Amino acid sequence: MLDTVGATHLEDLYAHLPPEVRFHGSLNIPAGKSEYEIIDYFRARGAENANWHANFLGAGVYHHYRPVLADAIASRGEFLTSYTPYQAEISQGTLTAIFEFQTMICQLTGMDVANASMYDGSTAMPEAAMMAMRITGRDAVAVARTVHPEYREVLGTYTRHQGVRVREFEYDAETGQVDLASLEQALDESTAAVVIQSPNFFGVVENAKQIAELAHARGALLVFVFTEAISLGLLEPPRDADIVAGELQSFAIAPSYGGPFAGVLACKEKYVRQIPGRLVGETKDASGHRAFCLTLAAREQHIRREKATSNICTNQALIALMATVFMALYGKRGLRELAEQNLAKAHYLGGKLWRRFKGPYFNEFAAATGVRSPQEINRRLRDVKIVGGLPLDRFYPELKNSMLLCCTEMSSRTDMDGVAEAFGA
Amino acid sequence: MDPENLRYTKEHEWLRVEGDIGVIGITFHAQKELGDIVYVDLPKEGAVVQQGKTIGSVESVKAVSDIFTPVSGEVLETNSSLADTPEILNSDPYGSGWLVKIKLSDPGEAGKLLTAAEYQAYVGTESS
Amino acid sequence: MIQKVRPHPSQNEPLLFERSSPGKSGYQLPDLDVPAVDPAEALGSANVRRDIPDFVEVSEVDVLRHFTRLSTWNYAIDLGLYPLGSCTMKYNPRVNEAVARTEGLMWIHPFQEDPLAQGALAIMAELERALAEITGMDAVTLQPAAGAHGELTGILMVRAALEAQGNPRKKILIPDSAHGTNPASVRMAGYEVGNITSNERGMLDAEALARTVDESVAAIMITNPNTLGVFEERIAEIARIMHAQGALVYMDGANMNALAGISRPGDYGVDLMHLNLHKTFSTPHGGGGPGSGPVAVKKPLEPFLPLPRIQRTASGWSWNCDRPQSIGRVRAFYGNFGVLVRALAYVMAHGGDGLKRATLDALLNANYLRKLLERHYQIAYHAPSMHECVFRHQATAAIAKRLIDYGFHPYTVSFPLIVHGAMMIEPTETESKQELDLFAEALIAIANEFQENPELVSTAPHTTRVAKVDEVAAARKPVLRWSRL
Repeated sequence: MLDTVGATHLEDLYAHLPPEVRFHGSLNIPAGKSEYEIIDYFRARGAENANWHANFLGAGVYHHYRPVLADAIASRGEFLTSYTPYQAEISQGTLTAIFEFQTMICQLTGMDVANASMYDGSTAMPEAAMMAMRITGRDAVAVARTVHPEYREVLGTYTRHQGVRVREFEYDAETGQVDLASLEQALDESTAAVVIQSPNFFGVVENAKQIAELAHARGALLVFVFTEAISLGLLEPPRDADIVAGELQSFAIAPSYGGPFAGVLACKEKYVRQIPGRLVGETKDASGHRAFCLTLAAREQHIRREKATSNICTNQALIALMATVFMALYGKRGLRELAEQNLAKAHYLGGKLWRRFKGPYFNEFAAATGVRSPQEINRRLRDVKIVGGLPLDRFYPELKNSMLLCCTEMSSRTDMDGVAEAFGA
Repeated sequence: MDPENLRYTKEHEWLRVEGDIGVIGITFHAQKELGDIVYVDLPKEGAVVQQGKTIGSVESVKAVSDIFTPVSGEVLETNSSLADTPEILNSDPYGSGWLVKIKLSDPGEAGKLLTAAEYQAYVGTESS
Repeated sequence: MIQKVRPHPSQNEPLLFERSSPGKSGYQLPDLDVPAVDPAEALGSANVRRDIPDFVEVSEVDVLRHFTRLSTWNYAIDLGLYPLGSCTMKYNPRVNEAVARTEGLMWIHPFQEDPLAQGALAIMAELERALAEITGMDAVTLQPAAGAHGELTGILMVRAALEAQGNPRKKILIPDSAHGTNPASVRMAGYEVGNITSNERGMLDAEALARTVDESVAAIMITNPNTLGVFEERIAEIARIMHAQGALVYMDGANMNALAGISRPGDYGVDLMHLNLHKTFSTPHGGGGPGSGPVAVKKPLEPFLPLPRIQRTASGWSWNCDRPQSIGRVRAFYGNFGVLVRALAYVMAHGGDGLKRATLDALLNANYLRKLLERHYQIAYHAPSMHECVFRHQATAAIAKRLIDYGFHPYTVSFPLIVHGAMMIEPTETESKQELDLFAEALIAIANEFQENPELVSTAPHTTRVAKVDEVAAARKPVLRWSRL
């Protein structure tokens, strides 16, 4: 091969580079390791994290059981090692799976169109807000303080230099739901979108219908955010929303210290030309048989460049595939039963503790810790190999001595009793 | 093939003046370069537009091209049949594939546009 | 002639919705160990949904067969050469997959207190160090979820750094050969795009650039090697020109597979750059994601890196959120950790010398293919190729489809835009001489076919499960979801 290219040494292949751009040293990275050593290293690192069976953290990432088929299917080389399905004739597997994904997301959310997925929920939300601005031609976004605090930070980062004014509105201290009076104050003729999350960061179900009416009366769109996808199995879908942005981590995606996850972006039919990201559409092949392909690509950056709807040029295909497998396995009945189990577990523990908010809750709730601080409770739980909840004053300084707790189908009664005991209840 | 009675722009639009109304479309060359057209985005009727500004876009599977209005005025009518059959832009760009009708606010603008011969000469240099 | 049999079950797998029958399911939950709760009572009946109309109802075997059949309709790097230019479709080592599924790494919650996540933090710190070493940079953030996300993060940092000096400036210069994400990212960061053209050698013209740059320019975004597979030989000089005007140099590291171990951008004036772990560092593309797009920076830009940052204290690793000059959070949590684990496994398997060797093999493979094909296809630019080469042919799209009949995935079609009829070929270090020879033979055979029987080429592919797909019809009347008729 070297002869063919007219070189004597491999190094000749970059001899044309000027000396000042060549690296003359050797990289300070230890010599290559064997498979066994690599596995051993990661096993050792894995053992340095709390690796216990019980974990009561939620707040956007949830411990749910992962059916084994999710990994079995996502490990198939034909899915794992293929590129974005630009060449439709040899990508029908990925394209068909994405088409099914888009359909299921529409069925769950009550929207007409869903894209092939986004990086995660936290980046899907600002994309939804910017989409609302393009649709309405307005420049302000009103966002509830009950939306995940890190999602709101990302919204700030994304919109800071695009002339967007972000206003936050308050929650009702008694119910933990959106304070409608505060929302009304945040609205005016420049508001492109009202952004709410339900169940919200406190686990409380919002009154989306009423909020939608207020938003629509001022000509603003409602962007509905969800972080706990399991809730869609039981809760009324956000039909009154115009755009839905969410996180699918709960659908067979491991917590994995925060990623990779898969975000949802879905909307009403009339906004389809403004939705960023990839879309798969149904069509026919030259022989008239059903086939699928990427479509409406003219909105995207590789054609539109600086006029594109967004710079996103990927979806989370493999992660979305795992979520699709999850949805297919549980199906219509299973998703409901799973959601009902989550509800029952959370209400079992919620019933033993003093809850801060009276609004209806799904599988998370804010508990007042009383005499012991959240840190003290978590320390006690650590001794019995339980990861406790999230101290809320980390994000809400006004919520001292409060802890966000999440219960899923994986929370056993024994462990929940253990948590209640650590509270001194 | 580019009709003699029309005026043209370097952005590949054509203009036909009918009294104080200007009918606008894209040229044969433009539709050929874009390929199969799948979507046309047009301004709202009643919108006031200014010569040389973007008033919409034409999309094919692989490309998007902005529409620049060759004349200023008020949009009287847009070609509603393009919503369901954008392919007529490919099959009949100078006829049923017209885009918008504009009430001219400055009829003098039309005179400054290219003639068919000038446009053909321009397309010839651009593609070589 | 033998006809394809249409009812063949694995070739005609219906959609899941068409497979559904009422009452079927593929799950089993444990018995509830707490009292059941009435949803209407707990949530209010208005909040409870009655049904999920037309949602899937299938068995576990149905699900497994369905997706296994679908998988056979895909081409993949596991099946053969995948020469997509600028996409770096290299082998995805399976040890990466194995370690990413280590129990103690999969189940870490991102809000676990730092002392309970020391292993995860150590992995991230180790990868940051390795990437800084490979790029010649001083600090790295692992947060961005993809290359384009890294670009946005980087340009936001450019803005923050210049703002801190009093003037964010107005525009970012981007060469005409750049990937479309560059201008799109620049717009999202509130900058205008200044387009600059490449010269006849396919490189940036330092003299022309020197005349263009003034105090309105915040930075230049350079892809290096550029999308023609050509190393920007005057990049160090370009950096000096930019720096003299107080502007920064951002490098799109999508093509870092040509440089690892032989050239470090941090050594010759690049201020910041992103990497695509799903390209250079072998993490799987997965049909379009997940990826990861870390950003590496020189010391002066470090204060502006996104929140939070890993730090080492007396008690171990922890997260630092107290960084007032930071651009803020670009996503929730800390990055695509599962992808980071795979990338570190790749770095460990290669070591410093192995990374360099992989780069040299990638260069050799690209130049070998170039030599084999040069007599049959017109090379777009005569400058020496690095890890990929770009040819041109009027029928690039048709030839690409015809390659499928020969058992290969097509090259990148019609990109970069500055080459009319571009055929952009990147074989990567993964391929053996045998595979490369077969691929070259296929392309040469197609060149002949195009002369003798153009119809055969223009109607390809002929051997796939579906014939040529009608993308025009899909875009004219978008059908984006299944519905019951």
